[in-house]
Amino acid sequence: MSEQSLVHSQDRRPRRWHIAVFLAPAVLIYTVVMILPLFGTLQLSLFGNVENSQVFVGLDNFRTLFGDPRWSQSFWNALGNNTWFFIIHMLVQNPIGVVLAALLSSPKLRFSAFYRTAIFIPTLLSFVIVGFAWKLILSPLWGVAPNVLDLVGLKSLFVPWLGKEEYALTALSLISVWQFVGIPMMLIYAAMLSIPEEVIEAAECDGITGMSQFWKIKLPLILPSIGIISILTFVGNFNAFDLIYSAQGALAGPNYATDILGTFLYRTFFGFQLQIGDKNMGATIASMMFFIILAGVCLYLFLIQTRLRRYQF
Amino acid sequence: MSKAASSLPRTIGAHAVLLAYTAIALFPVIVIVINSFKSRNAIFRSPLSPPTAETFDLIGYKTVMAQGDFFLYFQNSLIVTVMSLFLVLLFGAMAAFALSEYRFKGNTMMGLYLALGIMIPIRLGTVAILQLMVASGLVNTLTALVLVYTAQGLPLAIFILSEFMKQVSDDLKNAGRIDGLSEYRIFFRLVLPLVRPAMATVAVFTMIPIWNDLWFPLILAPSEATKTVTLGAQVFIGQFVTNWNAVLAALSLAILPVLILYFIFSRQLIRGITSGAVK
Repeated sequence: MSEQSLVHSQDRRPRRWHIAVFLAPAVLIYTVVMILPLFGTLQLSLFGNVENSQVFVGLDNFRTLFGDPRWSQSFWNALGNNTWFFIIHMLVQNPIGVVLAALLSSPKLRFSAFYRTAIFIPTLLSFVIVGFAWKLILSPLWGVAPNVLDLVGLKSLFVPWLGKEEYALTALSLISVWQFVGIPMMLIYAAMLSIPEEVIEAAECDGITGMSQFWKIKLPLILPSIGIISILTFVGNFNAFDLIYSAQGALAGPNYATDILGTFLYRTFFGFQLQIGDKNMGATIASMMFFIILAGVCLYLFLIQTRLRRYQF
Repeated sequence: MSKAASSLPRTIGAHAVLLAYTAIALFPVIVIVINSFKSRNAIFRSPLSPPTAETFDLIGYKTVMAQGDFFLYFQNSLIVTVMSLFLVLLFGAMAAFALSEYRFKGNTMMGLYLALGIMIPIRLGTVAILQLMVASGLVNTLTALVLVYTAQGLPLAIFILSEFMKQVSDDLKNAGRIDGLSEYRIFFRLVLPLVRPAMATVAVFTMIPIWNDLWFPLILAPSEATKTVTLGAQVFIGQFVTNWNAVLAALSLAILPVLILYFIFSRQLIRGITSGAVK
């Protein structure tokens, strides 16, 4: 089809200005506001501020980040926390999403539209709302969480999770999971709906139903969607900032226990309390985040996606 | 039919799991909203009960209205979201049309270049974006936010819309060409109306992150006159952190517009996701 239009339009118009006109605005804004600043940031990480002028310092900033114990400790702490944040999402958010989608996609389920709508609501709320709402609910001052635990007889388990170094990060990760479970649920729900009837019918004829049908037929067919969700989760998590900032502030307390790369970047770039903001170190951290995300995306594109070939029906 | 016999417990089980999760999803939202209508004492004494005649109190909302400039914040958010959305849809559709309709040198490269932004978040360029905005005098203007959000929304919009535009029948477009329509008219008159459902999907996907974003308003436009609702709520709650009535009311006010929009557009959103736009 497109061959035709190719011949057709190339014959008539050697210079097809309309293509440029169609592309120009998008390419212009995208390049100027997104791509150039991305490279600008990478470039800034190679400069340093010497006597109020920007001087090329090569990889010195990276040497500081990894060599200076104060910087490297913060960086590895943030990276470690970020990795834990990601692991919790992969282990909790995505399996819950798959289970909910599997339940919702059973054909005769009533009220499925209601469940879908309700479970998706948290995803639409802003981090600020989610962060503060959970902060209030988990607050020992208010007592909603102890009250609820009391209803199920587990009041003794209550701890002010967000205030304890050892629990705060996990608690925040679970809050984030609570918020975003709607996304894997919807994407996998869509993938399950697109499995053709015949495949399911054939499985039923062979006596494969219920759980074994899920494991043997549906799960392999939705693997590509799970791959996409994993990479979306990865990019989203290593770029997260808002939830931690609104629940724990820029210092990512208690004692940096919830510091992730996004909050570390913010503090470095803008400064806080006694430390003054440093544009070049900020750019260095942003560059590291860029490399981490790029590595994850490449890994996904070259290793995972080529193996998970989409089933064509 | 053994299937029917075994399906009843299974159905009940499915409903139990879904109901339990729905409760988890809605519980925090409900707790916040019902408590925002109660007096301070009642908030602490019985946080889980709905407001009654004697505990009903609008003091929180009064404080929010008196102290915060929420109407201005709301207006800012609305301007930024609508403008960005308009630009993303218009420019995104134009670029998607160029990529899906014409074969030209560098078509694939251009497609890949524009798709880069789907995976690499624009936030990583913040340091240089702030420099750019300072240099062009756009700091603390809504224009800065609109530009950033437009750039952020374009890659996914182009990707989704070009998938859809490939499905528009070539015969139709060629018929238009034979009738002497210009390429621009073919795009605006024939193709755009046909991809309207896809545009709605893209609109919803683009709108939510823009409305909820905290990072760029915080960095590019933190002044009082340009605060968005998200940033305004964040700052307000930070200042009134011990005034529980005001905090709960501010949270409820920030939740409500999103919920109302969602109930209007939820069909569109869910159809968009499940129609294979993101498969």
